[in-house]
Amino acid sequence: MSVVLILGAGSDIGRACAHVFAAKGHTIQLAARTLDQLTADQTDLQLRYGVTVSLHVVDALETQTHSDFVQALPVLPDVAISVIGLLGTHAESIKDAASAVQVLRSNFEGPASLLAALATRFEERGSGTLVGVSSVAGNRGRASNYIYGSAKAGFTAYLSGLRHRLFPSGVHVVTVLPGFVDTAMTEGMDLPQRLTAQPEQVATDIYHAIVRKRNIIYSKPIWRLIMGIICALPEEVFKRTKL
Amino acid sequence: MKISGWGRYPLVETHLVSPHTEQDLRDHIAKGCIARGNGRAYGDSAVSTATTLHMRRFNRMLGFDAHTGILEAEAGVLLEDIIKVFLPQGWFPWVTPGTKFVTLGGMIAADVHGKNHHINGGMSGTLTWIDVMTADGSIQRLNPDDPYFAVTCGGMGLTGIILRAAIKLRRVETGYIEQRTLPAPNLKVALEMLNAAQGATYSVAWIDCLSKGAALGRALIMLGEHAKHSALHSALHSDPFALKPRRKWTMPMAAPQLLLNQYTARAFNAAYWRAGQRKTEPALTDWDRYFYPLDAILGWNRIYGRHGFLQFQCVLPHKTAEAGLEALLQATSDAGLGAFLAVLKQMGSEAGGISFPSPGLTLAIDFPNNRNSLKLMKCLDQIVLAHEGRFYLAKDARLSAQTLNASDPRMAPFAQMRQITKAGDRFYSAQSRRLKL
Repeated sequence: MSVVLILGAGSDIGRACAHVFAAKGHTIQLAARTLDQLTADQTDLQLRYGVTVSLHVVDALETQTHSDFVQALPVLPDVAISVIGLLGTHAESIKDAASAVQVLRSNFEGPASLLAALATRFEERGSGTLVGVSSVAGNRGRASNYIYGSAKAGFTAYLSGLRHRLFPSGVHVVTVLPGFVDTAMTEGMDLPQRLTAQPEQVATDIYHAIVRKRNIIYSKPIWRLIMGIICALPEEVFKRTKL
Repeated sequence: MKISGWGRYPLVETHLVSPHTEQDLRDHIAKGCIARGNGRAYGDSAVSTATTLHMRRFNRMLGFDAHTGILEAEAGVLLEDIIKVFLPQGWFPWVTPGTKFVTLGGMIAADVHGKNHHINGGMSGTLTWIDVMTADGSIQRLNPDDPYFAVTCGGMGLTGIILRAAIKLRRVETGYIEQRTLPAPNLKVALEMLNAAQGATYSVAWIDCLSKGAALGRALIMLGEHAKHSALHSALHSDPFALKPRRKWTMPMAAPQLLLNQYTARAFNAAYWRAGQRKTEPALTDWDRYFYPLDAILGWNRIYGRHGFLQFQCVLPHKTAEAGLEALLQATSDAGLGAFLAVLKQMGSEAGGISFPSPGLTLAIDFPNNRNSLKLMKCLDQIVLAHEGRFYLAKDARLSAQTLNASDPRMAPFAQMRQITKAGDRFYSAQSRRLKL
């Protein structure tokens, strides 16, 4: 069975991924900024699925530690999934430069740096899959969330480039654009139910995308259509809309 | 948003949240709330007019001792998951309700009972401790000898938020049940047969609540024992816990009202009775089909149409049971209201607090939600009162505070205790408000 590393394992999508892959018998490496929450998850996964689960500390924003982090893993994973992200509060991100930088770094610089450290090793080995959970918010900058959106746009472009670069070496890269997901990040928001995926659904979609070597996936197919329309609007029209 | 219990009635306007941490829970307690598991209580027990706390994210298994069979887990863990993980290792829950889609916390809050209550007791007897977050936001570990343990088991979430528990599992050799079905032509015989089956591990009677006259209360008594390894067909010996793949059906939408009426229900019940009469040979049934026949139809609550349904469940003491059940069945049959799921079973000893089970016989009947059913259920309430019975809060959506208090002298002290401990200001459901608990 192969080894799956989950970066941002304390998040809802991270937890859901751990369950989906552990249920298939994979060895799981959970990585997050702190381990407090993860020890209970470790026991839970071991009890439920009888798999080996290890815990690892990593801070996405401490980019200088990333190559050591990868070096220190008990084994180089076959699959690495980044679900790292920070929505922040848009109103705050607009006014306060420090908050904006935090959002930009957490959604782009941090995960990109971690995947870069893994990409080099995967490329040397000539196999593996890297998965980046980005966002439909990155497809077009909108007034309501462009700080978060622009960081995700950067990350989406990064994943695209990484896929292009690694293809000849046999390493695959999956870009995940989930749309709304019912998680801690969106708690308290009034989300339309038909457009909102459960974390378990996103995790299952990620599993299938890896198996079928898909490049870019949306969790609710309707998002492909919605974003297609939003992106197709001429800027003259778009700037007059409220989105 | 508006949510309901499993009976899809009543719909209650609530603020529904899915907290992640204990601190999240603490923040909500200050504003008034009730915890909700998987929403399988029938009425309005697990929805608050203030905030409803969906406990689905507290769903970790925390440890298992393979010598004692004690599992420690968070309250949101599903019974289905407990069985899936531990049955292949030879363990099964001591107590299970009629669906596996319940949470550990919900099972404790309702102090659920199973088909083995007459010999093994209810849920509260299988716990070694529970962790509860009380009105002041502190977390108490309660042992079975703690008075607050007794009021929390069966306390419908009104004493605090159940966070974690340690639950004992039982050893089983296989995942199969040896089942016997005995037809009883009327209520009197059914009661005699249930009484004669005291020694059976599992016993329950499906009862035709629409049959009339001499056939009033005709029933199929279903007895079950955990099958020993040697009882299995040799093909199953290598994996005695394997489950035959079971087709899952989903009710895609609420059934039209026309589908369920006294004619279809009478016809269904009669056909079911005749089919049961023919299948009296002992048979091996897997655990899923035996304990959870309705789980195969996801969303079966939609069968009763868009107005939902009501379940009536009471327990009557032995001394009045026969007369009381006869009166209840007569009233139901006379009213001719569509009802195909009626279940009768013996109960063993009483637990503490306001927990439902008590020695005697418990009857549960489903009714489509409409004005006639509500009227009939008021008559049934009076019959229960006259026969010194009591009601199951996990099924209730419409009792009055007056009826509840008249039936059960434990309720008033429970409500007082809630005032004194401030639990009443912090933890309340639509049901507890209606029943003035």
